[in-house]
Amino acid sequence: MTFMHIGKNYTPPDAIGKVTGEIRYVEDYRREGMVYARLYTSPVPSGRVVRIDAEEALRMDGVLGVLTAQDLPPTDAPEEPMLASADVTYVGQPILAIAAISDEIAEAALERVRVDFEYREFVTDPLESLTAGGPDAYPDGNVLNQTEELADENATIRGGFTRIKWPAAEIARLRNGQEPQGVDYAGGWEYGDLQAGFEEADVVVQESFVTAGTPHHSLEPRSAMSYWENGKCYFHGSTQSQSAVLESLAAMLGIAEQDLVLINQATGGGFGSKGRSYPMMGVCGHFSRILNRPVQLRITREQEYYVGVGRPGMQGWVKVGAKADGRITAIDVIIISDGGPTGRNSASASAEHLSVVYTPGAMRLRNIPVFTNTTPKGAQRGPGQNEMSAAIAPIMDKVARQLNMDRMEFRRVNAPHSDSPVYQDRGPLTSAFMTEAIDKVSDLFNWRERESQPRSRNGNKVRGLGVGMGYHAAGGNGYDGLVRITPDGRIHLHSGAGNLGTYSYADTTRAAAEVLQCRWESCEIVAGRTDLNLPHASAQGGSNTIFTHTRTNWVAAEDAVQKLKEIAAAELGGNAADYSIGDERVFRSDDPARGLTYGEAAALAIEMGGAFSGQEFPEDINPITRRSVQALAGTGLIGVAKDKLPKRGISPGLMVSMAEVEIDLDTGKYQVLDYVGVADCGKVIHPHGLSQQINGGAVWGIGMAGFERHVYDPQNGLPANVGIYQAKLPTILDVPAEMKNGAVDIPDPYNPAGGRGVGEPAQGAAVAAITSAIADALDGHLFNRVPVTPDMIVNHLARNQPGFKPLELNTF
Amino acid sequence: MNPKLTRRRFIKGVIFSSAAAASGAGLYLSAQSAGSAVMERLLTLSINGVDRRVDVAPQETLAFTLRNKLGLTGTKVACNRGECGACTVLLDDIPNYSCSVLTHNAKRHAITTVEGLRNEDGSLGVVQQAFVEELAPQCGFCTPGQVMSAEGLLRANPNPTREQARQALAGNLCRCGAYDHYLNGVMRAAELLS
Ligand code: FES
Ligand code: FES
Repeated sequence: MTFMHIGKNYTPPDAIGKVTGEIRYVEDYRREGMVYARLYTSPVPSGRVVRIDAEEALRMDGVLGVLTAQDLPPTDAPEEPMLASADVTYVGQPILAIAAISDEIAEAALERVRVDFEYREFVTDPLESLTAGGPDAYPDGNVLNQTEELADENATIRGGFTRIKWPAAEIARLRNGQEPQGVDYAGGWEYGDLQAGFEEADVVVQESFVTAGTPHHSLEPRSAMSYWENGKCYFHGSTQSQSAVLESLAAMLGIAEQDLVLINQATGGGFGSKGRSYPMMGVCGHFSRILNRPVQLRITREQEYYVGVGRPGMQGWVKVGAKADGRITAIDVIIISDGGPTGRNSASASAEHLSVVYTPGAMRLRNIPVFTNTTPKGAQRGPGQNEMSAAIAPIMDKVARQLNMDRMEFRRVNAPHSDSPVYQDRGPLTSAFMTEAIDKVSDLFNWRERESQPRSRNGNKVRGLGVGMGYHAAGGNGYDGLVRITPDGRIHLHSGAGNLGTYSYADTTRAAAEVLQCRWESCEIVAGRTDLNLPHASAQGGSNTIFTHTRTNWVAAEDAVQKLKEIAAAELGGNAADYSIGDERVFRSDDPARGLTYGEAAALAIEMGGAFSGQEFPEDINPITRRSVQALAGTGLIGVAKDKLPKRGISPGLMVSMAEVEIDLDTGKYQVLDYVGVADCGKVIHPHGLSQQINGGAVWGIGMAGFERHVYDPQNGLPANVGIYQAKLPTILDVPAEMKNGAVDIPDPYNPAGGRGVGEPAQGAAVAAITSAIADALDGHLFNRVPVTPDMIVNHLARNQPGFKPLELNTF
Repeated sequence: MNPKLTRRRFIKGVIFSSAAAASGAGLYLSAQSAGSAVMERLLTLSINGVDRRVDVAPQETLAFTLRNKLGLTGTKVACNRGECGACTVLLDDIPNYSCSVLTHNAKRHAITTVEGLRNEDGSLGVVQQAFVEELAPQCGFCTPGQVMSAEGLLRANPNPTREQARQALAGNLCRCGAYDHYLNGVMRAAELLS
């Protein structure tokens, strides 16, 4: 199918505002009478608030009030409270907010607040807490007893406390790369005959591994500004999503969804940390209601490291069995997650990576989410999958080497196809062209030839090659689409997804323009404020927007086209089936001169009323969409529909990458010299956007491989990363000057627009290619740890003991 | 970086104004500073070619003045401590971190912010145009800083190599990892200029 818009570059409307500085982020809004709120955060990692004395602060000129947990609806631990009191669970946790007429006064007032704490024991490393006799993060237990599956990766994790302890000898066994015996787990899943799988394997490799937690580093610090008018809350939020935040933020504020207007034109990065509402939003909303003033709450970069959530670290063990032909017969994996204070973890998604990318005949996950007194954890780009991808790549290389197989070929043999039975329920994929992606990246990288060469050594520099694969479930269904044609002929494409910075909120509306066969110049995207009447959309995350919302735009536009034809038939005679569209006209297929412009048809839609102009609407649309349609009724031709297109299995985002690194043996520093990433993301919807995701994901992969990590001082529970330089994100000099990328570009049959998302696996494939290349450069040595830092390399080469225990999480 | 406006000089300036701690707001707090009346407060700043009169506290950063007093919110503050470059503006054509420049130290310089780059007819400036054509920004929060660093580079060297462009942007962090697209943008801007 040849498309007018899909697969072509265009200028998303927000690109202009970004280069001119005219687009507004939360902190750029001012409001008459606005006051400034600042947070008092906990200096202790674990305890209870005994007494707050804010008298002196409240007496200061210009101070308007303080907000504490007492002013807010209660929450039950381990759920994260908006402000902590009964359970203080990490350093930097907000305890109190103070509002004043200026930032300066608010910050000076914080200095005058006195809080007394009762101290409790605390823990920063999950294995320490899992060891018999080790400390627990909460008095009630050390492990999350998860009671509900996560509806999606941005959903709040739910569960209570349990206590699991392992004998010190079993912990030691795990640290030494062996499977612990006779111990308890909190959860897991299994399929196939694991024992038979290992018995038929010709090679079995087992290793333990550890991946550090990582901060999100969104460049825009969390900001909120809210005010209340006539019982409605107007909320400027730094957020990835529109509908999905509406639901959760309204609940947090204790109001009906229709009484909340969420305003968000642009967000300075979220990467999973702003997929839904977060506690700080509740602080701002409640405070502005209580003070009856507009309140702006903006946190510092340092506080962003406390409350900005992070990827959970993971300690684990894996055993892989493969036959001589390369087929992986069984994978057994244990994952101990650093659940932070909420128990949030991605263990199942980590195992999902193994299941989908390597399609083992049998598989088992056993896992434990352990509470720690560290920053709360949240979804971060490819949660679960990407850190597993980083850890497993060199281990899979070891299996390939023992089988005497090319590492790329080994992956190709095990790569998923559309019908591969994957994940817990062993369902299919909507489509998968991973082998095609492997072939394409191998060609672009010239893998066969380069891999067959002896590794070059240039003085103190050695080079290595790596291959990595990334996967993320990237697409949902069942959301709504909404388009509107007005009598002036303008086509309004309503997008409820939210603008997280990838342009996918706009890219997906191109599907509606495609169906309407209209010029892009005739379209305008309506987005950014609830009261602009937006359709119900998924949470903007999980790489799912492209698949999910090209579908919703498609079905809404199809509804509009059908209505155009019905209106033309009513006006000009015949049946809807006698009409076609083109050039923004609806006309008789047998006599194109007889027809109506879209604008004329829209005017008739208003006259005819009913479903044509939104007075009536399908019953199955979400209440959010319904309210939007009701508000728009009578203003034009309304196309609205819920996506009921068929979908079979998981819609995967898949990615394969290859990299070359050069390690300086004297300093342990390494450079990524060459990088190629190829996506299997169905039909490419927006080439520039795709290239941004592949290259941007590679930058993230380089950060995860080499330097990013959350570190806590085990003596005092203090976070060591409270500035960008301490938890370094890659700079332009840390990444290759040029990166290559490509795509398989085969449409997914379950999306009429053909696309699937790929933002997250772009990081997973990149980090894996680099960890694989580092091991290759060092004769296959496995660190079984990310990040791989220069000191680790130097210590390895000098045969020194590393400066930390095996599987220790908090390492400098 | 402007040798006259180094971080060290900035810190000295802050110490001089007896400021104590970095705040989230872009002010450098000090219990005593309110009383240091020796400094003139009403300044004339040359911003984007226009003289603007503004009341400035001694400890106020240029980023704070631009954003909070002059409504020029295109300049972003992401770290407020000289780590990220989001707040980059030009002082006499040279890129500076405006979160780390005291406004009082900027008064004798021609200040250019991202709002000052459009052409007189309202069309996008060359760097802006090139960045749009290459779809350089992702989330856009670092973009004003990247634009200003690129502008500073091209004013000094209208025909840079890719490597020179890379060095020139090295003080601007981008969490979205849009580096490659920003470099493409700078190279395209150089082409548009020639
Ligand atoms: S905000 Fe000025 S360098 Fe980061
Ligand atoms: S575009 Fe998002 S931080 Fe650079």
